[in-house]
Amino acid sequence: MFFLKLLFRNAFRHKLRTTLTVVGVAIAILAFGLLRTLVGLWYLGVERSSATRLVTRNAISLVFTLPISYKDRILQIRGVKSISYGNWFGGIYADEKHFFANYAVEPRSYLELYPEFVLPPDQKAAFLRDRKGCIVGAKLAELHKWKLGDIITLKGTIFPGQWEFVLRAIYKGADKSTEERALMFHWDYLNETMKKTVPRRADQVGFYMIGVTNKDLAPEVAVEIDRTFKNSLAETMTETERAFQLGFISMTEAILIAIQIVSYVVIVIIMVVAANTMAMTARERISEYATFKTIGFGKWHIGGIVFGESLVIAMTGGIIGALLTFPAARWFEVELSQYFPVFSVSPFTIYLDLLAAMGIGVVAAVFPTWRSATIRIVEGLRRIG
Amino acid sequence: MEVPRQPIVEIKNLNKTYRRGSQVISVLNDITFDIEEGEFLALMGPSGSGKTTLLNLIAGIDKPDSGSVRVGEVEITSLSETELARWRASHVGFIFQFYNLIPVLTAFENVELPLLLTGLSRRERREHVETALYAVNLSDRMDHYPSQLSGGQQQRVAIARAVVADPTILVADEPTGDLDRVSAREILDLMERLVHELGKTIIMVTHDPRAAEKAHMVRNLDKGVLNNVLS
Repeated sequence: MFFLKLLFRNAFRHKLRTTLTVVGVAIAILAFGLLRTLVGLWYLGVERSSATRLVTRNAISLVFTLPISYKDRILQIRGVKSISYGNWFGGIYADEKHFFANYAVEPRSYLELYPEFVLPPDQKAAFLRDRKGCIVGAKLAELHKWKLGDIITLKGTIFPGQWEFVLRAIYKGADKSTEERALMFHWDYLNETMKKTVPRRADQVGFYMIGVTNKDLAPEVAVEIDRTFKNSLAETMTETERAFQLGFISMTEAILIAIQIVSYVVIVIIMVVAANTMAMTARERISEYATFKTIGFGKWHIGGIVFGESLVIAMTGGIIGALLTFPAARWFEVELSQYFPVFSVSPFTIYLDLLAAMGIGVVAAVFPTWRSATIRIVEGLRRIG
Repeated sequence: MEVPRQPIVEIKNLNKTYRRGSQVISVLNDITFDIEEGEFLALMGPSGSGKTTLLNLIAGIDKPDSGSVRVGEVEITSLSETELARWRASHVGFIFQFYNLIPVLTAFENVELPLLLTGLSRRERREHVETALYAVNLSDRMDHYPSQLSGGQQQRVAIARAVVADPTILVADEPTGDLDRVSAREILDLMERLVHELGKTIIMVTHDPRAAEKAHMVRNLDKGVLNNVLS
């Protein structure tokens, strides 16, 4: 108890210096926490992907399409339970700054395959009835203040023209990680328009989503689908939804690695700053440590005093930084909602924050602790006055 | 007939040198003398004569090159660092020129420090500290921090800290060196009382002839040699 009191009083003896160090550690831990959260979010799509869903696309690239006729052949493969299909539409609402994901999908099968999109039954029925109808996520509707019956116009990029949709349903995610900033409309609407305007692009789908009867069968089914279409004009590549998502992530791997490196660099920088603070502190107090030793305290006591003080400062900053991560993440979630559907801090990130803070405290204290614990009393007492 | 008192400190053929680059400087040269229990000894001499080094060797915070220092029954030159720390905790009380109080601790807590190394309970520690602070007439300043006390009061807290664990000897290095004349006199009176009333043994390094006057015995050091004794 006595030593705990001593640690805290020592830690806040130089209020300005300690405050600046604590603020520095807090900012570093906050930045570390946010960057780690960002890295985690990159993998959010992977985490929420279903083990019983496969994605089939053109083997050359996602840019190339597959014939709609593949649907019935895929359905005949053993282990396939259901199938849906769609196209990435890539339409722009108002201007490019208002980006959100939009797809043309076969609505009935798609909503069956993706139960995480929750729609009120009456709205769902209205959507299924109206070929020009669309559904949007609740967050997207809220962002643009859309209500049922509104006409939403998208400017086509992949499929040129002005496309009008009637908002028939607003879905909610089954859990927080479900994307609520997307728009989906009838694939038939797209296909019929293509038949009239660019017939060679009609009856083509960008991807098939396949439900399998058992997740253990997924690898077998994937191989079988690709084998079925081998040596055809449009060979397929089938992978689990997880692998499909990871494929997207691998395209941005360099960014991810850079973020991770920056998160560690932030910690290393603050370690050096904290080590400097502790070294200055220990140097100023050498005569006090010598006095402690003169009275009979051993080097373990002195080591504990220096080490403890460093930990008090680092952990104070660490806890403040970790606590600030929550409002900061909330701010990101609101302000950058078009990029991050959810920006929630995981408990693991908080553990990492506190571990990093402890690491800062430990590393910062090593040299001053050794120096203070091993200084000769006579040498230490000579520094008085 | 007066019964001869036992020496509490026995110093024999003590030598100490310092190295400065390739140069070896002799600080103490074959020092031999005894200090009796209950004695108030003043060590005097010019700067660099080796007074503080001798005090440090007696107090076990420095090691000699050769010779022996026996305090009570313990030959302290043969103790390891850890053993010396333990020995100092129970046998030596220190009074420094600049008081060496811990600024973030109150007077009470500063005095309590040496007792943390004993097995005393919290209540027992409190009793000891209160007694020590009462003895130095600072009962009303227990909760004050060193910065809230005058130089003389700080030195009295340091004396209370030195005596609180009831050590075998008290060593004082220029205890009045940083004080005005009035405070210095108070401190010397207090030290005198410790000797006369509590039977403490004090070894004091000083430059101040007025401080030396209070001592039973004055030993002069010059260039590491003990050259005369004034009783």
